Amino acid sequence: MAGSSQEHIRRRDDGPEPEAPTPPPAAPQAQNAERDEALDSLLDEIDGVLESNATEFVHGFVQKGGQ
Amino acid sequence: MSVRRVTGIETELGITSTQVDTQGRPLAPQWLSGQVVRAYAAAAGEGASLPVGSGWDYADETPLRDARGYEIARELAHVTQLTDVEDPTIANTVLSNGARLYVDHAHPEYSSPEVTSPREAVRYDRAGELVARRAVEQLAAHGREVRLYKNNVDGKGASYGTHENYLVPRTVPFDRLARQLIPFLVARPVIAGAGRVGLGQASERPGFQLSQRADYLEAEIGLETTLRRPIVNTRDEPHATPHVHRRLHVIVGDATMADVTTLLAVGSLSAVLRLIETHPDEVPALDLADPVEAVKTISHDPTLRATVATTDGRRLTGPDLLEAYLEAVERAAASGHETWEPDPDTTEVLTRWRQALDALRRDPAECAQQVEWVAKHQLLQRYRDRTGAAWDDPRLVAMDIQWHDLDPARGIAQKLRAAGRLERLVPDDAVESAVTEPPQDTRAWFRGECVRRYGADVRAASWDSVTLVDERGKPRRVQVPEPTAASRERIGELLARHTTTASLLTELASEDV
Repeated sequence: MAGSSQEHIRRRDDGPEPEAPTPPPAAPQAQNAERDEALDSLLDEIDGVLESNATEFVHGFVQKGGQ
Repeated sequence: MSVRRVTGIETELGITSTQVDTQGRPLAPQWLSGQVVRAYAAAAGEGASLPVGSGWDYADETPLRDARGYEIARELAHVTQLTDVEDPTIANTVLSNGARLYVDHAHPEYSSPEVTSPREAVRYDRAGELVARRAVEQLAAHGREVRLYKNNVDGKGASYGTHENYLVPRTVPFDRLARQLIPFLVARPVIAGAGRVGLGQASERPGFQLSQRADYLEAEIGLETTLRRPIVNTRDEPHATPHVHRRLHVIVGDATMADVTTLLAVGSLSAVLRLIETHPDEVPALDLADPVEAVKTISHDPTLRATVATTDGRRLTGPDLLEAYLEAVERAAASGHETWEPDPDTTEVLTRWRQALDALRRDPAECAQQVEWVAKHQLLQRYRDRTGAAWDDPRLVAMDIQWHDLDPARGIAQKLRAAGRLERLVPDDAVESAVTEPPQDTRAWFRGECVRRYGADVRAASWDSVTLVDERGKPRRVQVPEPTAASRERIGELLARHTTTASLLTELASEDV
């Protein structure tokens, strides 16, 4: 039946989803610190290949429109 | 068969060079793009690509035919819509993997061969990256510096496309197909966006958004692809038996560097198409009050909390819209309907879609290895935390562009892949083999094998034909209107029996050109 699935839409404000797994016990702050550390090492790694003159690079990236 | 269907992805690449001509002017992108095509053909050599002089056969192309049942007068068409006029200055080649490499407007374009699964779509999309990379390397070896970018915007007003093609039965009424697909396409960037720094066609406002393409969509439905771009494109050019098939030409998507994002883009859309075909009454009724505005609203909010209005007065988020479609697809898949057999491709796509959507609702960072916009946003946000840069800081804009650079030494997404921070679905050797070997289960096998076996005796090709020379040196066109015909299984033995096109033509129906 058309529209029969609407009632199944979960809204954000419906509260926790029953089938969602229990959140891992690790402290979120520790997880975030770990994540930031990994991102920092990646940023350090790509720092060497980033355009040294970002303004000029961005200015020069001009494309013709396509499809 | 559920998520399995004939599919192909066309990608127009961004192109730059810091070199100038003898008068000190920038090199024209049309010319540079031609150099890319010629360089790849030269590097690949006979047997891996057709000579660049070989024609693309435009006999069956009808870019001005509209799926709604009319054809616009040629003189009324904008010149960029006339894609079926052969320009001798424009380079074109067909590769032994069945793909087409050519110049579309002012961009090199790789059009993948026809494949039958989302995973193969990922594999041949990645093969296109290698093709582009080899062309750049070949040019560099001859002193020509060119950079290619697998993105869709320059941030200054120009957009160029990544078009997906899906074969759908003509029995499905196009109006219903479009109506039932639009809310899904509006929300799909939540799982399939590549991310973009800047809001507005010319980045008028600072910010980060999910989709490269959202700000360039200006109509709900229409024939154009370069102006007033629509959410659903009506070009009716099936490249296949016209009364049986339709080619749904999807122009709203982003070029993607993350394997799982590409899989989710193609797989989720394939599943929704099957739902529309087999369970028309089960497709969620989510008609949006203003779909064009909704695309932007959802794309502009990385917190995924922004809501869009339905015509019946509900307000739903992007994840809400996708949840409704996914639940309907999951129910259809569990229904035991004969077209929803749980093949591994379908299971993989539905599992991945469920995992990504649930993660996005809890904490997007959980799917940073799968969903490209999340990976880009996370890295750039960390850069902002460290430097205090605003979203319109040139350093962030530059990183956004460089994310998509196809040079592995410079491309940021490729650095993430190498560091294991973007999950890989296709190993390097499988991508490598897809550069030269065609998919075995579509007519791309015939097209690609003709290139590989008969080289210069292939005079032209198109999606649905190959033109071969006969024993008198005359070109004869072999039609292949069925996309899954001419597969290895069907004609492998036939090709094995013939070492020349003249001999092969004695066993194939063909026509004068």
